[in-house]
Amino acid sequence: MNRELKRIATVVGVMFLVLFLSATNLQVLSADSLAKDPRNVRAIYDGYQTKRGAILVDGQPIASSEEVADAFHYDRKYANPMYSSVTGFYSYYQGATGLESSANDYLSGKNSAQFFEQLNALFTGNPVSGASIELTIDPKIQQAAWEALGNKTGAVVAIEPSTGNILAMVSTPGFDGNKLSTHSGSKAQANYQGLLDSNGDPLINKAIGGSLYTPGSVFKLVVAAAALESGEYTVDSMLPNPSSYTLPGTNTQIHNSGGSKCGGKSTVSLLDAIRLSCNIPMAELGVSLGQGKIRAMANAFGFGKSFKLPTVATASVYPENMDDAQTALSSFGQFDVRVTPLQMALITAAIANGGKEMNPQLIENVQSSNLALLSQTTPSEFGTPIKKSTADGLKKMMIAAVKNGVSTNGAVAGTVVAGKTGTAQNGAKAPYTLWFAGFAPADAPKVAVVVMVADGGGMGQSGSGNILAAPIARKVIKAVLGK
Amino acid sequence: MTERISKIVRVVPRNRNTELVLLLFAIGLNAFELLQVELSTLQKMTPDFWLYFGPLALSALALHLVLRLRAREADPLILPIVVTLNGLGIAEIYRLDIAAIANKQTELFAEKQVTWTVVAMALAAAVIMYVPNHLFLRRYVYISGVLGLGLLLAPMLPFIGKTINGASLWLSIGGLTFQPGELSKIALCIFFAGYLVQRKDSLAMTGRTILGIQIPKARELGPILAIWIISLLVLVVQHDLGTSLLFFGLFLVMIYTATGRAIYTVVGLGMFVTGALVASRSIEYVTKRFDAWLNPFDDAHYNAIGGSYQLVQGLFGFAHGGLLGAGLGGGVPQLVPLAESDFIIASLAEELGLAGIFVVFTLYVLLVGRGMRIAFNHSDEFSKLLSIGLSFVVALQCFIVIGGVTRIVPLTGLTTPFLAAGGSSLVANWIIVGLILRISDTARKEPA
Repeated sequence: MNRELKRIATVVGVMFLVLFLSATNLQVLSADSLAKDPRNVRAIYDGYQTKRGAILVDGQPIASSEEVADAFHYDRKYANPMYSSVTGFYSYYQGATGLESSANDYLSGKNSAQFFEQLNALFTGNPVSGASIELTIDPKIQQAAWEALGNKTGAVVAIEPSTGNILAMVSTPGFDGNKLSTHSGSKAQANYQGLLDSNGDPLINKAIGGSLYTPGSVFKLVVAAAALESGEYTVDSMLPNPSSYTLPGTNTQIHNSGGSKCGGKSTVSLLDAIRLSCNIPMAELGVSLGQGKIRAMANAFGFGKSFKLPTVATASVYPENMDDAQTALSSFGQFDVRVTPLQMALITAAIANGGKEMNPQLIENVQSSNLALLSQTTPSEFGTPIKKSTADGLKKMMIAAVKNGVSTNGAVAGTVVAGKTGTAQNGAKAPYTLWFAGFAPADAPKVAVVVMVADGGGMGQSGSGNILAAPIARKVIKAVLGK
Repeated sequence: MTERISKIVRVVPRNRNTELVLLLFAIGLNAFELLQVELSTLQKMTPDFWLYFGPLALSALALHLVLRLRAREADPLILPIVVTLNGLGIAEIYRLDIAAIANKQTELFAEKQVTWTVVAMALAAAVIMYVPNHLFLRRYVYISGVLGLGLLLAPMLPFIGKTINGASLWLSIGGLTFQPGELSKIALCIFFAGYLVQRKDSLAMTGRTILGIQIPKARELGPILAIWIISLLVLVVQHDLGTSLLFFGLFLVMIYTATGRAIYTVVGLGMFVTGALVASRSIEYVTKRFDAWLNPFDDAHYNAIGGSYQLVQGLFGFAHGGLLGAGLGGGVPQLVPLAESDFIIASLAEELGLAGIFVVFTLYVLLVGRGMRIAFNHSDEFSKLLSIGLSFVVALQCFIVIGGVTRIVPLTGLTTPFLAAGGSSLVANWIIVGLILRISDTARKEPA
């Protein structure tokens, strides 16, 4: 019988080996995917154990956690929907977005900056309180941008050109984060569904992506920059100026926005082409420069790259492998060129900063729960996409555009504003996307601001960047200058 | 090398002092567990500690004394291993009770578990005291058979049979519910052992040889057929794949040990798998369990009544435990339905982590291993068969239950030996311990 017993012992050994392996699989190999299952509430319970850090603007919390007497221990509170694009939301049921997600390791106390607190917690058993983050946002500017956009769908990004600090980042419509951080699962679910179903995609931060937008004429700044950088053109170079232009290799004719010659003469200077926002001269300029030079210019400004604020921005797109007709269309920001307002703001800020582009920053510093400074963000350079002389040339054109061109509504009394409007088409019937990109004061820029108004600003195809976007930028600039 | 290892394993001293030292360690560990539960959930030690600690510790020492007096040569590892498991179970059930009180639930289990532990250990002591030797039970082979089958099939009876959670495993008499299947496994072990010792020679005789395979004579297949039909009856009428598999597996292992004929096992397994597959497709309740097992994460199964919710929540508990676990009282095992009984392993996995679960599994392996070693060393064939049967039934039950919770096999209604809340299970498994200890006392006395 002992021979049989040995074999049965082997069978029993195999049975337990299977159990060992399956426990190992569940507790180690598959543990992460099981933890991420939305039906698994344990990860949420884990999050309750720590007091989440606050998100601060000018020392005041715009998102904070308060102790409450339910199973969740802490309640996440949001001060104002105008910050919804900055904070995102932190929901027990729908996950997290915005800084609540991208800065979660700070806010939840998991960042290595809190190493000594974590070590201490290991021995005392007290959970580490999350760190607070102070933002670069200026509440006055944020408020001005939020009010100026009003009930229009769109976004405003304001950047300090010399540092890359984001002074305002607004996306409309906003949302009330408290409705998603509620401890009632059914309410959170219903509110989330309500936001998904409502007009204007409130959950998408239009300032940095989620969706990209057609830039229209604001993209002419990139083409003009490429022209000046090439050394073959100056601000005063004359461009051909017919009243209509047949796209190379096609029978399609394009026109300037007025339908006639841009400025009335047979040629037009590069400066006037930007000032008056001429399509045909820029299309011809783009074709003669070639898409390679324009693409190199766009990439130098940051196209194709996802900036981290630390919230990740969608990369802007300059299309690949275009024919000449497509290159012509893309040279006044049509065809498949797609951008984020953040990317346009970075280009504008680089022009304002004499050609040096700074990395965008949203977090100014990180503080532990006992207010000790854990880390301070220092300005960092993204690169120098254009020479000082190119930046000066572009600035000259933008000043002219606001002073006596097609971007006059960006003007602010008592200061010189440099700016460029855009009125982008999105198809035969679709409403326009309206833009203003500018900076002020022109000689010593304090802010670069980009306004994007989506869905035609409620005016379908009858609005323009100068009518709808430029006045918003003017209000933001006034707020910056304290007027 | 293997010689040396096996020698080291074999020379574990059969010494009651060794048992006492290990037992004190097990009791100390239990105190530590209960203390951790109280400190981590209530932030203080309460007088209740003694209620959950004292009875098991005292019973364990009493049982040790009984062994000193009545079975001096009994295996010294088994008692400490089982006390460790039983104590860990009480600690986790107590911890779940504290969570239940916090949730304003009224159904509590830890006190009952302690009471049943004392009763079960007293019965184990009685077995050691009143079963004078390993041959005694051979007198009751056929009575055991009748008793075992009766208990197994009793839940099918009208009036006293009771269906809980879709499976009819229960007897209900005067308000007390009771799982007779747990006791019947002991009676059937005794019956199989006695019957097979008598019949093994005729069962081992070969009939014709076809294609190199020796085919048993047709009339010798009778008992297998009978057991097969009874097992399927349990599955079809009582809706319990676990019990059905447990009995059939037990029988196959014992007949193989007795006859050395692998053909019985192969044919038997084939018959069982065929029967179970047919049943799984034709009985709605079993079909549901199968589908929930195959696709537990489908929303349809997850949300269905009697679907995979419990299984999936248990898997989440395992995952949450990770390598080291949240510590006793640190997790949220109460999220899983029946966390104190059917899913006690998931509760422990969450709080003790993979490290703790490995320890628990290792304790079971050691326990079963000791039982099988006793069978190996014993010279009496009846005792050999009885101890392999009793050891294997514990191992197989662990595999079916834990395999069910970890999704190796479909989920069944069996209990985790010594850990899960439940009186019938404790009583039956402690009686098995008593029997194995009794047999082990004589394992070396007989000339090998």
